Amino acid sequence: MRKPVIEFDRFTFQYRAQSEPTLHGIDLTIFEGEKVLVVGPSGSGKSTLAHCINGLAPHFYPGERSGSLKIMGEDASALGIAELSDTVGTVMQDPDGQFVGLTVAEDIAFKLENDGVSREEMIRRVRAAAEEVEAEAYLNASPQELSGGQKQKTTLAGGLVGGAPILLFDEPLASLDPYAGRATVELIDRLHRDSGRTIIIVEHRLEEMLHRPVDRIIVIDEGRIAADLPPDELLCSGLLREKGIREPLHLAALRYAGCALSPEIRPRSVETVDLEKGGRAEQLRRWHDANAPALRPTDREPLLEIERLTFGYDSADPVVNDVSLTVGRGEILCIAGRNGAGKSTISRLICGFHRPQSGTIRLGGRDITRDTIRERAETIGFVMQNPNHMISKPLLYDEVALGLVNRGVPEADIQDRVHETLRVCGLYPFRSWPISALSYGQKKRATIASILVLRPDILILDEPTAGQDFRHYNEMMNFLLKLNADGMTLILITHDMHLMLEYGQRAVILSEGRKIAEDAPARILGNAEWTEEAHLQETSLHRLARRVGISPEDEFVSRFIRADRGMN
Amino acid sequence: MAAKLLAYSDTGSPVHRLNGVTKLAVFLLIAVTGMVIYDTRCLLVMLAISLYVFFLSKVPFKQYSFVLYLIIVFSVLNQLAIFLFAPDQGTVIYGTRHELLPIAGRYSVTAEQLFYQFNVLLKYAVVVPPALLFLLTTDPSEFAASLNRIGVPYKIAYAVSLTMRYIPDVQQEYVNISTAAQARGIDLSRKEKLGRRLKNMISVLLPLVLATLERIEKVSAALELRGFGRGRKRTWYKGRSLTRKDWIVLACAVLLSAAAFAITFGKGSRFYNPFV
Amino acid sequence: MQSSKGFSVKTIVAIGIGAALFIVLARFGSIPTGIPNTNIQTNYAILALFALLYGPWAGLLIGLIGHTLADLISYGAPWFSWVIASGVAGLVYGLLSRGMRIHEGEFGVREIVRFNIAQIVGNAIAFFAVAPVLDILIYAEPSNKVFTQGFAAGGMNMVTVAILGTLLAVAYSKTRTKRGSLTREA
Repeated sequence: MRKPVIEFDRFTFQYRAQSEPTLHGIDLTIFEGEKVLVVGPSGSGKSTLAHCINGLAPHFYPGERSGSLKIMGEDASALGIAELSDTVGTVMQDPDGQFVGLTVAEDIAFKLENDGVSREEMIRRVRAAAEEVEAEAYLNASPQELSGGQKQKTTLAGGLVGGAPILLFDEPLASLDPYAGRATVELIDRLHRDSGRTIIIVEHRLEEMLHRPVDRIIVIDEGRIAADLPPDELLCSGLLREKGIREPLHLAALRYAGCALSPEIRPRSVETVDLEKGGRAEQLRRWHDANAPALRPTDREPLLEIERLTFGYDSADPVVNDVSLTVGRGEILCIAGRNGAGKSTISRLICGFHRPQSGTIRLGGRDITRDTIRERAETIGFVMQNPNHMISKPLLYDEVALGLVNRGVPEADIQDRVHETLRVCGLYPFRSWPISALSYGQKKRATIASILVLRPDILILDEPTAGQDFRHYNEMMNFLLKLNADGMTLILITHDMHLMLEYGQRAVILSEGRKIAEDAPARILGNAEWTEEAHLQETSLHRLARRVGISPEDEFVSRFIRADRGMN
Repeated sequence: MAAKLLAYSDTGSPVHRLNGVTKLAVFLLIAVTGMVIYDTRCLLVMLAISLYVFFLSKVPFKQYSFVLYLIIVFSVLNQLAIFLFAPDQGTVIYGTRHELLPIAGRYSVTAEQLFYQFNVLLKYAVVVPPALLFLLTTDPSEFAASLNRIGVPYKIAYAVSLTMRYIPDVQQEYVNISTAAQARGIDLSRKEKLGRRLKNMISVLLPLVLATLERIEKVSAALELRGFGRGRKRTWYKGRSLTRKDWIVLACAVLLSAAAFAITFGKGSRFYNPFV
Repeated sequence: MQSSKGFSVKTIVAIGIGAALFIVLARFGSIPTGIPNTNIQTNYAILALFALLYGPWAGLLIGLIGHTLADLISYGAPWFSWVIASGVAGLVYGLLSRGMRIHEGEFGVREIVRFNIAQIVGNAIAFFAVAPVLDILIYAEPSNKVFTQGFAAGGMNMVTVAILGTLLAVAYSKTRTKRGSLTREA
């Protein structure tokens, strides 16, 4: 008989500030040594479930609970956060918020310091934990010197250094690029196999998580458990699409090709799925041949032309090095590259925040290299990743009007333009609301509205869909597609491969300040050398095409994307 | 963005090897002594010793040259202000008047005033080398442990550590927010009039404050999740124990300031008066 | 919250990160007024807001830690009389604006008046009295000089907090509006 470590019994939780419970009658038992994935759309209650396990609810986020929750056989309501932290080690999604130490070693040691462990023992245990996650090479580094993946390894080591038998991950992939994300999935798997710890992962990025096996997947929807199944069974149930969770791409491709899906063919990953029996490979090939070849992108009139641009804070060490690229009018261009590759510096150069050392930027044929930030802002809009960094007025109307007010536009025109923009962005009904009452996705649209109202020719968006679940991702991208269809040129800075693949017409890869590739996204993602440089990953569609012998693989991927666009 | 103005780097000197606790205690001791006493001879001796120790630390000049420039500008302005406001302060303190150079009206340079202003300068100068030494030769990670060691409650000591941890992040956030604002025509530079600049400043401050409050929530949750504040005491990963050298340095510093106090107050006045 | 000994974890974090914000604004957020050595120090608006949100002890410690480190980083040595004045300012702002329910979105005319009385009294005590008196006691500086400096700085801070601090507090209270009170318009 396996030993239960977490037992929810008719458990209900309601935040103090809310009128409805966030979790209703949860019955769930997790056994020692299990690896469980919890998925669900945002607002489903999956994070609340995690907070109940580690004690943040109700100790940090006050609320009422009923029913019972036992952790290692003990009633959780009798335990504070600190006591629970001896049993449950938590890794949260934001590595910057969780990395509280001045160096890696201190951050790992943080729990031990609070427990009053002696210095000698601390040094030994910190080293052991760092070795377990392979972070021992940068123990003395400060958080500002580390990549997202390295920061996450640090917080992971900090979670396991206390010897907690349960590790809880709250959206561990949310702030990582695909390469670091895959490394994290592999690391979690290794920790699970080597030590027998119980692992609970809350994450909506299902395909990435299934790169390594999990025992069970629990689907949370509207505060209730909608499913509790092994991965293969869940994937064949059709429940994921119903609940707004993105199914793995290879699975969607099999469905489009009309393949029968059943748990026996092990569909959980593109590596495990059985393609030979039942003629599935043949079905995929037939589907491929039946779909028309993807259209080549048409040549467009150039709108933004960057020529041999070079810039560096230190002239001997350029951050952007001799980069040339052209963006066509009405195009959607993606710029990708790992952290520090120069992606954000390029967008800052385009907006005029930095002066290039050499090179020119032309917009619509006119040289704008000498224009000020403000002059460029008339034609180039820049939308930051975090909407909270852009919102400087409490009320939505004032926020969208701000840029016009600053330009001295007459009052009457301001109202017309603001209302028109709010309609375009689907925010008109909320025009007199405070922005704080809007959802994250609406806030993001509000920041886009505040730029659109200035009527730029081109919009640069930094990670437009970061931190959003599948439904909000689709909403945001459909909104951007609509803007694009109305003639807006878009530059998307992203390392989200789905976004690039599904919406990018062209992608540019930067590495160490240089442009190393420029091509259709499906071809870029099929090139091992480029994906490695940009910290991207080959998609499961490319793998699938290769396994059934379709060549070129990117052609299959393009046809899939077109079919997929038609379905949604 | 400007690089960090002052940053710790290890040159491996004997000063670097001293415990952070020692350097903090010596800095505070000299600072307090320097503030209280006004005896020129004691101040000069203390300055000479601190400069010698500073020299021992082998901190490269370029690491503090910029700060030195700021200190000089600050001191010159302060000296001028003192003279403008009170050209006779020295005469009042020392009770005599040796006029050296009449300027105009009540302004004339007296030996007493020069000596008095020299003392003000000296009092500030005495604090600078130990403060810089503490800052430039102590691993910032040792700050919090050292504060806790000299009696500051550990929670407050840890707040100081959090400040050091998040200065670069908050600074980056400020830069991000102000660039986004500029792109929308919100100008923070001197080109705008004062009233407009103030109004524009609020457009940067509000998002910055809200982002900071959100950060406080996240970091608090992270601290709670790892058991911060559960005990009456905590240990420090970077908290080294004091060596014999540390005790010797501490003893010397205590003796030095005790002597300074004794000399200063032995004759009933804070001021050393060479004019009588 | 944990039944903790002394400060709550959130207060500690607010002190630490609030001081970081105070320091960053001391370096980047000061606006020259045109009168020499008289700047609009936006960081005192932040100090007042944090004292209002997190209480007098947070105000005291943000003032002390923030001013000490800001001085250390940019001048190499702290000017202790003014460091203590900043701490006192934060303490008084917090003491006199205690018990306001700004977290629940209440910040109307009454609260604005109280907040401003608190900041005016705080700035007066700190910069019209504490800073100059300490300058005289510690550095034996001429009294007319230090009082002039104190009045200039205190007066400037009063204006800064009155404008920026009040706007920030009002804006913050608006972010606390409950969703239930809003309806969509056609």
